[in-house]
Amino acid sequence: MTYIRPSFRHPGLPKNDIGFTRADYEGAISTLCAGCGHDSISGAIVQACYEMSLEPHRLAKLSGIGCSSKTPTYFLSHSHGFNSVHGRMPSIATGAYMANRDLVYLGVSGDGDTASIGMGQFVHAIRRNLNMVYIVMNNGCYGLTKGQHSATADAGSKSKDGAINPFQSIDLVGMALELGATFVGRSFSGDKTQLVPLIQAAMSHPGFAFLDVLSPCVTFNNKPESTKSYDYVRAHLEATATIDFVPEKKEITVDYAEGSSKNVKLHDGSRIQLHKLAPNWDPTDRGSAVNRLYEAKSKGEILTGLLYIDQESRDLHELENTVHRPLNSLQETDLNPGAAALENINESFR
Amino acid sequence: MKPTNIQDPEYFHKVVDCQYACPAHTPVPEYIRLIAAERYTAAYMVNWESNVFPGILGRTCDRPCEPACRRGRLEDEEEPVAICRLKRVAADHKGEVKHLMPQGPFASNGKKIALIGGGPASLTVARDLAPLGYEIHLYDEWNKGGGMMRTQIPAFRLPETVLDEEVNYILDMGVHTHFNHYVSSMRDMLDKDYDAIFVGTGAPKGRDLNLPGREEADANIHIGIEWLAGVAFEHIKSVGKKVIVLGGGNTAMDCCRTSRRLGGEAVKVVVRSPFKDMKASPWEIDDAQHEDIPIMNNMPPKEFVVENGKLKGVIFGNVRAEYDENGRRKLIPTGEPDVFIEADDVIIAIGQDNAFPWIERDLGLELGKWDLPVVNKVTFQSTLPHVFFGGDAAFGPENVITAVAHGHQAAISIDLFCQGDDVLTDRPGPTTNLISQKMGIHEWIYDSGVTNDDRYAVPHEDKRKTLANRKVEVELGFDERLGFKEAQRCLNCDVQTVFNTSRCIECDACVDICPTSCITFTKNGEEEELRERLNAPAQNTDQELYVSETLPTLRVMIKDEDVCLHCGLCAERCPTSAWDMQKYLYQVTKAGQTCSNLVE
Repeated sequence: MTYIRPSFRHPGLPKNDIGFTRADYEGAISTLCAGCGHDSISGAIVQACYEMSLEPHRLAKLSGIGCSSKTPTYFLSHSHGFNSVHGRMPSIATGAYMANRDLVYLGVSGDGDTASIGMGQFVHAIRRNLNMVYIVMNNGCYGLTKGQHSATADAGSKSKDGAINPFQSIDLVGMALELGATFVGRSFSGDKTQLVPLIQAAMSHPGFAFLDVLSPCVTFNNKPESTKSYDYVRAHLEATATIDFVPEKKEITVDYAEGSSKNVKLHDGSRIQLHKLAPNWDPTDRGSAVNRLYEAKSKGEILTGLLYIDQESRDLHELENTVHRPLNSLQETDLNPGAAALENINESFR
Repeated sequence: MKPTNIQDPEYFHKVVDCQYACPAHTPVPEYIRLIAAERYTAAYMVNWESNVFPGILGRTCDRPCEPACRRGRLEDEEEPVAICRLKRVAADHKGEVKHLMPQGPFASNGKKIALIGGGPASLTVARDLAPLGYEIHLYDEWNKGGGMMRTQIPAFRLPETVLDEEVNYILDMGVHTHFNHYVSSMRDMLDKDYDAIFVGTGAPKGRDLNLPGREEADANIHIGIEWLAGVAFEHIKSVGKKVIVLGGGNTAMDCCRTSRRLGGEAVKVVVRSPFKDMKASPWEIDDAQHEDIPIMNNMPPKEFVVENGKLKGVIFGNVRAEYDENGRRKLIPTGEPDVFIEADDVIIAIGQDNAFPWIERDLGLELGKWDLPVVNKVTFQSTLPHVFFGGDAAFGPENVITAVAHGHQAAISIDLFCQGDDVLTDRPGPTTNLISQKMGIHEWIYDSGVTNDDRYAVPHEDKRKTLANRKVEVELGFDERLGFKEAQRCLNCDVQTVFNTSRCIECDACVDICPTSCITFTKNGEEEELRERLNAPAQNTDQELYVSETLPTLRVMIKDEDVCLHCGLCAERCPTSAWDMQKYLYQVTKAGQTCSNLVE
């Protein structure tokens, strides 16, 4: 019996711009169930960070409680991490981000951690436009407690024990759009060609980037009658567009016919290329995204891809006009401007 | 690409690199696992079935398996598993094995076979045919069997006791031996009414070097393989203090090391080609150098210097090697002055040739290029239908394990021929077996963990002892502890990753977990283009791509077999058992063998 990942890697693994291979972005071996969608999302995160040539120490992984929230152990071993209390990851993220805006913040949560216990935290993180990526690994059930329906389970969906969910589901994507999130996307753990560029775009977005990733629970919620099973999701997928992420330095090589594609320029100079656009949809128009989402839902489709992006996004630090340097680098001279400055302030009130 | 046909017995066979590279296709991982389980007797028998001489080969094999070992491809510094020396572990630590071998007397089938030459090829034919009831007559010019294994491999590499033991297992099967009997006429043999004759006479003629002074100094100039035979049979007991060995092959290494044990103090090996082109196995060169024998390269001999009728030394030129675009080598004189090296004795070990002076040319037995017999490469049949060749006698000098492989195939042909079957079309295919190794969650029948240990070195006997007595074996072999550790380095490449397309739900778990990025799910394409766009580029075209049938998302699973660790993680992470680890046992069918009497 063994469950140890060998340390040998493919000798011909390519290296990224900063000399790292994909293996440098790996984490510990996963203890989730075999075939868990969450592991694929972890794989996509590893791939996205590798392709973006992100130095692992520049990223902080944050999570709450649940199967999803265990995953930060399984990717990016050399990054910072904080595993917080159930549903309280946004608070930790807010604190960390206020203290140091130089890191890339990657929050990982689940449908329970976000749509139930952490709902209050989630909505305020959106409202404040924290500069972070917030991934919900959404499997519609509570995997750690034997698969009860979660708040994102669709009405009528059947779980492994045969129980049919009587309640309406919370659509996190629709809610994020409604609350004014500046980047909203949805994807599927089994579709890395879409998920990887979406994560890259989300990491490049200056503001709260929300990704709802459907991630089948193979153990408790993968029956054919479940709306979050591999088969059901694959059969009902509908993409807004195909998506490519083009980092700042790379040139655009593929040309598509006018009208069928769109280029979205991001704040840091990188671009999102969208092709085969859905009709009546403009990724920069929140209204069209809401409409498109509603249309898809009424047809029983699961709309994936980039749904909405606000290119004018202003994040929390910008809104608050806070100091640019991390707090830990501020010296006494920065923090204590001296008696003369105090005198000036006092004078202004006289 | 088309879906891979895993029903083809050669597909998974090729994945077991060591077994595939072995001329006799010994199931290497199978016996290595048995060694790790301390089942030495069983490990020995797996070997004995395939290669007949585990104790001998465990010391002397050319080991084509080791350069093929997957482990050697994992990292630049990583070395292959010490497959050859593990074989010796099985031989050293085994229990009683004779009762596991076919027990005579065997019921006669009325057929008589003559084997000319008592080396590994002939002995293998005897081993395979005697239990089937053939009356075997073995002819050899020496007083014991073993052929070149006895005459050319020095005792410090292969103790006589080991050789005798394994030769006798075969002779004791009721083989009629005609020792001290040099066959000088094929016509006489043909007249003796054997149902078939097998020729396994090796490549008995050592090449000579016709340079000035050769004849005058004849008393102190020796032909390598003849000299080694003289030492083996104790006709030669000493050599001068200063010895030059000419040649860069394994025979040269045996000659120089033997010289060190017969009184040679300043022994030098002089080779006309560069060091990297030497034919000797690297480990044999290491052993020679360890015994204080300098190897001098790029020096072709020009003249034997003789004074007063006695050899004084050899004059050498200086050359450098140049290679043309086809890789063909030319040795160009550098113009530096010639070098004179003193010598009391010179041993010429520059190659050996086949020689059939005893085969009359009017028998209908055709000899072709380089006086080699015309022999079918599959059946080993000559142009006289009841005469078969094998070992070095068939296609020129090779090695013991190749001779064994020839012997097995020739035995099949002889059996088919004597039973009136077609030697080509009635040949049996290999027997194969594919068995799941799954026992439970994270539990496999095989030890799937991959150790990071570096290759273990075989301990050597103290040099003062070994140089003082030519019969003291240099290598001590692995003890049980080291043998276990080295056995653990084996990746179990015979435990195959078997993919079932209809079970796959395309969850990507295998792709994410695979340590060496072997697995990719992608759109199908042409092989050349596919190899470029896999998760890790598949640049070793000697290794196959395993392609599934088309999946529901219209993609295919492609696995590059090249650096798969056979760790089983793909199967452990697969929620639907679309991946399974299955042990593939490939065995070359032997003469008269049926499925029911195969060794497990």
